[in-house]
Amino acid sequence: MNAPPAGHGDPRVAFEAAKLGLWTFLATEVLLFGALFTAYTVFRVKYPAMFQSEHLKLNRVLGTLNTLVLITSSLAVVLGVDAIRKGKARLLERYFGATVFLGAVFLCVKYIEWTEEFRHGLYPGTNIFFSLYFMMTGLHGIHVILGMGVLAYVVVLSRRGRFSAGYHTPVEVAGLYWHFVDLVWIYLLPLLYLIG
Amino acid sequence: MDNILAFGAASAQAARVDAVFLMILVIGVFFFFLTQGLLIYFAVKYRRRVPDRDNETPRITGNPVLEFIWILIPSIVVVIIFYYGWRVYSDLRVPHGGESEVYVNARQWMYEIKYPDGRTAINEIRVPAGKPVKFILSASDVIHGFYLPDFRVKMDAIPGRTTTLWVQPDRPGEYQIYCTVYCGTGHSNMLARLIVMPPNAYAAWAAHGEEEAGEGREHESLAARGERVVKTAGCLNCHAIEGKVKIGPNFRGLYGSNVPLEGGKSVTADEDYLRESIEDPGAKIVKGSPNVMPTFKSSLSKGDIDAVVAYLKTL
Amino acid sequence: MAEESGNGRGYLAERGWRSWAYTMDHKRIGVMYLYTTIAFFLIGGVFALLLRLELLSPQARYFSDHAYNVFFTLHGAMMIFLFIIPAIPSGLGNFLIPLHIGARDVAFPRINLASYWVFVAGFLVVIASLVSPMDTGWTFYTPYSAKTGAAVATLSFGIFLIGMSSILTGLNFIVTIHKLRAPGMTWHRLPLFIWGMYATSIIQVVATPVVGVTFLLLAMERLLGVGFFDPAKGGDPVLFQHFFWFYSHPVVYVMILPAMGIISEVIPVFSRKPIFGYKAIAYSSLAIAFLGFLVWGHHMFTSGMSPAANAFFSFLTFFVAVPTAVKVFNWIATLYKGSITFESPMLYALTFIFLFAVGGLTGPFLGALATNVQLHDTYFVVAHFHYTMMGGTVMGFFAGLHYWFPKMTGKMLNEKVARIAWALIFVGFNVTFFTMFIVGVRGMPRRYAEYLPKFHVENVISTIGSVILAVGIAVMVLNFIRGLRKGPPAPGNPWRALSLEWQTPSPPDTGNFHEIPVVTDWPYSFGKAKGPAA
Repeated sequence: MNAPPAGHGDPRVAFEAAKLGLWTFLATEVLLFGALFTAYTVFRVKYPAMFQSEHLKLNRVLGTLNTLVLITSSLAVVLGVDAIRKGKARLLERYFGATVFLGAVFLCVKYIEWTEEFRHGLYPGTNIFFSLYFMMTGLHGIHVILGMGVLAYVVVLSRRGRFSAGYHTPVEVAGLYWHFVDLVWIYLLPLLYLIG
Repeated sequence: MDNILAFGAASAQAARVDAVFLMILVIGVFFFFLTQGLLIYFAVKYRRRVPDRDNETPRITGNPVLEFIWILIPSIVVVIIFYYGWRVYSDLRVPHGGESEVYVNARQWMYEIKYPDGRTAINEIRVPAGKPVKFILSASDVIHGFYLPDFRVKMDAIPGRTTTLWVQPDRPGEYQIYCTVYCGTGHSNMLARLIVMPPNAYAAWAAHGEEEAGEGREHESLAARGERVVKTAGCLNCHAIEGKVKIGPNFRGLYGSNVPLEGGKSVTADEDYLRESIEDPGAKIVKGSPNVMPTFKSSLSKGDIDAVVAYLKTL
Repeated sequence: MAEESGNGRGYLAERGWRSWAYTMDHKRIGVMYLYTTIAFFLIGGVFALLLRLELLSPQARYFSDHAYNVFFTLHGAMMIFLFIIPAIPSGLGNFLIPLHIGARDVAFPRINLASYWVFVAGFLVVIASLVSPMDTGWTFYTPYSAKTGAAVATLSFGIFLIGMSSILTGLNFIVTIHKLRAPGMTWHRLPLFIWGMYATSIIQVVATPVVGVTFLLLAMERLLGVGFFDPAKGGDPVLFQHFFWFYSHPVVYVMILPAMGIISEVIPVFSRKPIFGYKAIAYSSLAIAFLGFLVWGHHMFTSGMSPAANAFFSFLTFFVAVPTAVKVFNWIATLYKGSITFESPMLYALTFIFLFAVGGLTGPFLGALATNVQLHDTYFVVAHFHYTMMGGTVMGFFAGLHYWFPKMTGKMLNEKVARIAWALIFVGFNVTFFTMFIVGVRGMPRRYAEYLPKFHVENVISTIGSVILAVGIAVMVLNFIRGLRKGPPAPGNPWRALSLEWQTPSPPDTGNFHEIPVVTDWPYSFGKAKGPAA
């Protein structure tokens, strides 16, 4: 399997490289969260009763609401990527803007949840379940913030006229990243909120 | 016992571990001399004798038969080594039955020993020769190691868990115990002894209550007894007599001196201060020393504490 | 073909600190990494000398026990995180990978520069943690590391950043090797250094996130009391060990695979023979990378794991030995009927094989369960990993530095001084570390500031060795400095090698190649007339 002739300067190579790069990066993120999921599994096996009783203290309504928020935001990303594939930069900016907004909504809901939990005296360190809960949702939240930053930056670049139907690699890459962030939440929801 | 390379195996299990060691050593030495011998031989034999005459070397890029052989043979060798290592280990790990038990709790920086009859000791375990004994290990604070090199056994002592180790000591003698998991400043001084006694001597000691048996101690002075306790109860892990300060204050000149405390006050180191430092060390913290000293109230008898104070007065 | 270096300073032409700090040239980034990692090697070495000084006497003499414990922690942590993991991959790897595959730069030059500055941020944070220095040992076992008064959270954050740098580098290299190979550069025409770096990059990408989370959890344990490792809260201190070693075992292959790649480059050039068993060496790198993920439990045989788990890990551990042995056999077979010269790169390469064999053949003692129990946490282990990591990786690193010095700097080194340094290093290394096998078998535990008098003689001998080793390293470094300043100009291909970096001037220009080459052969066509490979 040979590399195409022009090497680095060739836009096709650059696009393929960017996608491979992002998938590799997502692999590292899978392992990052995977370590926490492993810790979760170890302690869940060890303390099934504690997990059962403690998880009921989480707010499943807000958890479900947040899930809908994130899924909608991923839909917005799909529509945004589709828009720029057709060359519609303004539409892309609107959809990605909506995604960032929904990300902010997610974080607000998370903030409400956490302050509720603090008010009930549930902190990281209270017990192993809540340590896991705060750490896993916290690490996820950091990734949501980072994702929002990346998407916002893509909007800025688009407003500068950077993207077209022929070139929009950063849009695709950013979109993939956001889908990953969404996917991690899809795993967190049942493991933390819905087991039993 | 300690000869130049390994040391006398103190049990039959230990001798079996030595056999595995020897097997791996022989195999390793063989492959080392084979490969490195060829390396040196080729380097010498094929050194460039005529400068610039180097473009007639044969174009050998591989040899499938040879490569297959040198994948197959090492694979077989390693399986053999694994197998014997595993067999002997399984024997080491799983007790055969009929062991007496000794409880060992590791803490910074000493081993607290408890026998089933309730007797306790610090840093010293006494067992009779010829009978298997199981050590039931635990730790109070951090992970410690429990290593008996003469018996070729080792197990970590982990807080929140119990681990076990068993040996069958055949020969009377004193055997070293080391801590092998880094546990803080006193780690390298966390040493203990396993004293394997001839069965009669052990029986006499076991019957004798708290005092040591048959070692001529009835006539020792209080200060001499205190010196012995200081040496065996772990005090010297954290206190030096003199010279470089370890963790707690040095002992030389301590009695009668003026001791500055944390919080600004100071106190004269009289008999009562010394006794309190042993029984309730957190009551007064010496300025600049960490508050890590454990209490010896339950591990030393009143007589031993008095002896230690008497000894400290002589320094 | 090879060009003379008449046309100026190549990639080094532009001057000024900004041309380095903001550079996106992989060669400059590689050089910056080299300077940084070598500096940490020397600092870590100073800590080692302080340890050996204290170990001259069985009792505490020059330093308190606490100071000694801090020194061995800093020695280990610096050497591992700040030197040996980044040095060959991010140093030599950055310089060479695009050149070896016929590309102008790596796939993501900006991320490459970012990886260097993230590394710098990481080590600054690590240095900041020295206000309250660590004494946990580089393994940071809980509960001690969660309870000790040192700045563990700060240090954890620093190591997290260094890990990020490692991940970005590995990611960059994987994409570069997949996507930017020159026309005709098929996978089986790649230099074996690239195969080694490829396998290394996969490990970096897969394993490093786990250690990132491990240190994050440790920091959270200290700052928030999360309790995963605290038995009082229902946690398990041994869980930390599982997480830690899940990364730290594969990382030793991050350390050794690039060095093995260097050996595969040097041996054919200096014996004027094709490498023996190219495919076996190439694929064995991948096999080692894969197997390396399955054996972490062999660091924990005495931690209370079940006998069944121990047996599983022991069995798999032995299988990593097979692809490793294959490489050694192939290198030695390459020498057969060669035309061998012993310039400094070759001396170090042969030394690698010799010392790594000692290190590797002492591995089975530790992989076998019965003997592991006796030798775990003793000086036998210390000797084993110094023979593999220093006798192996560091000798490979030195071989690479001497081999590529002319290419990177445009100057030649003084061969005679290089050989004197090598001899001192070889003798000093063996005197320092072989005694540790002996004292370990006799039962001396590791991480001991003070030891029983019966171990005194070996410790004195070891310290004497360390002085000889230090002098040798100093001579080598001074030789590098002298070469940088007044070495005679280097031709494009002083070693008459065939890989693509030698087809550029010394030093290469920015952009590497005037025109991207079209590759028609592998880089090991030495010796008799070409035909299809035998």
